[in-house]
Amino acid sequence: MSIATGPFTSGTATDTLDWVPVCPLDRLEPERGVAALVDGAQVALFRTGDELFALDNLDPVGGAYVLSRGIVGSRGGTPTVASPLHKQVYDLRTGACLDLPGVAVLRHDVRCRDGMVEVRLRREG
Amino acid sequence: MNGDTTGPGTGGGDAVTGGRVIVIGNGMVGQRFTEALRARDTERRWQVTVLAEERRPAYDRVRLSAFFDGVSAEELNLHTPDDGVELRLGEPATAIDRERRVVVTATGEHPYDAVVLATGSYPFVPPVAGRDLPGVFVYRTLDDLEAIREHARGRSVGAVIGGGLLGLEAANALRLLGLTTHVIEFAPRLMPVQVDEAGGAMLRRYVEELGVSTHLGVATTALRPGPDGVVTALELSDGRTVDAELVVVAAGIRPRDELARSAGLELGPRGGVLVDAACRTGDERIWAVGECAAVDGVCHGLVAPGYATAEVVADRLLGGAATFPGADTATKLKLLGVDVASFGDAHGTTEGSLDVTFTDPATRSYAKLVLSDDAKTLLGGVLVGDASAYPTLRASVGGPLPAAPLALLAPAGGAGAGASALPGSAQVCSCNAVTRDDIDAAIAGGCADVPALKACTRAGTSCGSCVPMLKQLLDAAGVKQSTALCEHFDLSRQELFDVVRVRGIRTFSRLIAEHGRGRGCDICKPVVASILASLGTGHVLDGERASLQDTNDAYLANLQRDGSYSVVPRIPGGEITPEKLIVIGQVAQEFKLYTKITGGQRIDLFGARVDQLPQIWRRLVDAGFESGHAYGKALRTVKSCVGETWCRYGVQDSVGLAVALELRYRGLRAPHKIKSAVSGCARECAEARSKDFGIIATDAGWNLYVGGNGGFRPRHADLFATDLATEELIPLIDRFLMYYIRTADRLQRTAAWIEAMEGGLDHLRAVIVDDSLGLCAELEAEMARHVAAYSDEWRDVLDDPERLRRFTSFVNAPDVPDPSITFAIERGQPVPAGPARPVTASAAPDGEAPARRRQPVTLGLPEVRR
Repeated sequence: MSIATGPFTSGTATDTLDWVPVCPLDRLEPERGVAALVDGAQVALFRTGDELFALDNLDPVGGAYVLSRGIVGSRGGTPTVASPLHKQVYDLRTGACLDLPGVAVLRHDVRCRDGMVEVRLRREG
Repeated sequence: MNGDTTGPGTGGGDAVTGGRVIVIGNGMVGQRFTEALRARDTERRWQVTVLAEERRPAYDRVRLSAFFDGVSAEELNLHTPDDGVELRLGEPATAIDRERRVVVTATGEHPYDAVVLATGSYPFVPPVAGRDLPGVFVYRTLDDLEAIREHARGRSVGAVIGGGLLGLEAANALRLLGLTTHVIEFAPRLMPVQVDEAGGAMLRRYVEELGVSTHLGVATTALRPGPDGVVTALELSDGRTVDAELVVVAAGIRPRDELARSAGLELGPRGGVLVDAACRTGDERIWAVGECAAVDGVCHGLVAPGYATAEVVADRLLGGAATFPGADTATKLKLLGVDVASFGDAHGTTEGSLDVTFTDPATRSYAKLVLSDDAKTLLGGVLVGDASAYPTLRASVGGPLPAAPLALLAPAGGAGAGASALPGSAQVCSCNAVTRDDIDAAIAGGCADVPALKACTRAGTSCGSCVPMLKQLLDAAGVKQSTALCEHFDLSRQELFDVVRVRGIRTFSRLIAEHGRGRGCDICKPVVASILASLGTGHVLDGERASLQDTNDAYLANLQRDGSYSVVPRIPGGEITPEKLIVIGQVAQEFKLYTKITGGQRIDLFGARVDQLPQIWRRLVDAGFESGHAYGKALRTVKSCVGETWCRYGVQDSVGLAVALELRYRGLRAPHKIKSAVSGCARECAEARSKDFGIIATDAGWNLYVGGNGGFRPRHADLFATDLATEELIPLIDRFLMYYIRTADRLQRTAAWIEAMEGGLDHLRAVIVDDSLGLCAELEAEMARHVAAYSDEWRDVLDDPERLRRFTSFVNAPDVPDPSITFAIERGQPVPAGPARPVTASAAPDGEAPARRRQPVTLGLPEVRR
């Protein structure tokens, strides 16, 4: 199956990757994650409260593509996901690991347009 | 190598504060030094190499005897891998060349900027004839203990030379090995260093009652061999002979100072590496810690002063000015089941000191307090039989008495007499030199429970005797010890269970809105999911509930390290038809799954992707299989032996009962996993006593055992009821399980649950046998509801497109398999391709080399001649 790639080019970010439509918003269950393939990259998408978040699906500690299957929650006021492998907790907004200093996962841009969830990959550096 | 250190002979006062440090010895103190240095050396100024004589990394020598109680060598381990430390096992130092600044070993040379001697002691063996005979051992290392165990096999009488602390430990070990045991002590009493004459007499009564013969005030003059050359008897100085086929020499220890001596370093007057209060030898680059160090001329044979020297040198190497604080020789131990404690000036050697003694033949306890001449200051003391007052008393040494002497000494009086009365400078944990002020500061800094205090101050992490005081100090500081589940709920699991049950709450969002705060987390969500499942409120993946499930429950399969899953169909009692066995084989073949027999008598199929799980289960369900709940905190298996149906020894139908029990309790969600087994006779081939509830057949019926488990802390189940008819057995198990589900903590197995219960097993019996709380009918009714409402979780998923939709790898590409899951072939089966673990191990958050050393298994398969 082919995966749709970006007709939705953002007007301002000319030098970054394009927005890629992923799925209708109602495919994201509240307080749960799903994995998506975006330009060959595995992205973990989360819907919590009224917000959408996108992180790399790769658990940097365990080394498997599983973050989308973690439990979504909060620590203090921070929205979080806990790795299903060994329960390290990550800040959904920044990708920073709250349990291990210096560990983080890459964060991606995500938005909802006309009921469609769209992702724009960020590359390191 | 760094170049800014001073060379030998410069004689400068500048301390070396970086470079290469060689630690010689990896015993308890050597290990503590290494950890202390690494913890403080935040700039990584020191590169650490540890040369260890033994082939094992550091282990807890204080608890050595626990090895004979079934504690494994692994559990005694003290060493945590550290990528900043090169640990060279089995490579003892043979010389220190101070001229060239290298430590020499059999395999090479290690240049140094500093050396820390942590060589410990060796056991002193008196120069008597026959000391080298086979069957004569010392008691120092795990290897010694293994050799003793080996030799004890098939022998019946043993003797220990030495009635001190170590000698009595060794005597207990011989008892545990089933030997009739003699103890020979030169002094006129047992434990002469620690206890006084009256205390020694009380101790002797206890010890002799256990069947250990004591021979006091005599020396061993010779050891005699039998015809086979192995030791058979000891000759004593009073002319008597004691027969013994195994002899342990525990006559004291001597410092290992030979390296220092041959390197030309000065020794103490009674041996040991002479060091000053900074633990430094005459060579400013060489330090000594632990039992080998003669601090200002005196060697200390206990771990607490050893740890103190380790901390001093770690501080000094980083430019600090710490000095040895003086030795706390306080000791408390349980010897042969008898509590013995000695602290401070136990023998009343202080001028003008006064004794207060207390002997109670009824409770068989003896206590002595040594007071200053004005009877106002506690100087020391001895406790035998009841040492509950020890933590408070020891911490009060040097200060005013916390209560009147008799109130302190009366049985069980001391413990309550109040940690709160202790002065701030009193040492609460002598193993780690933690004072009350340290504890109070940690509490003020936010430590709200014992685990937090342990982590923050290290108090209570060695011998553990001060843990009750930590609780008291938390109480004294007004810290209510929290039973809150997590930051989102102030309730404990038990309280949450009652709230959900009594108020009929059925959703997490309502529960957290009414009784909690925030959005929940990976602790409270699975707890609530489990409670809702235990109460039989519908499928675990329905609606909002799906988002609460833990890792494995969320996909009704067991997540593996590569992101794939394993599948375990239920095989009740381990009984399976050939037809079903063939289906499992066909499914494994078709989906290319790695196949392994489990310990619970079923079959685990590994390497399934999320999107394959429904296809696999379609095949299994069609063949009559059900979920095995291997993924759940739920009933796992009821294992069985083959029983009277086939076995020549079986007395009841163990397979029949196991199948019936597994089908009765299948799908039952609980605070933790539940395992069970049924054995058809007392030979216990099903290993039922290692289970949460185990049943062993008798001629008259069934014996029920509860509270066993394997795993990290193996525990045998306790006998709960005997000779039960099957119809008596079932209601008992129903009540046991439901009471457990209602009242246990999160992730608390039945063993820990019973142990934590006030009143323990007796209380449990009162509740579920005598119905002291009037709960039995309710508990049975709840179980009846569970049994009636059971439905196979996997079949229910396959019947529902909504639930099925979640089983895809990618939301936008449901037909694309996860490309990150790939396999290699090992021994003819698929296994995850790629390294076993990525480089960023959790122990090394800043991305350094992995701490774990993987042992490749490269033995190959042996060739078989035909």
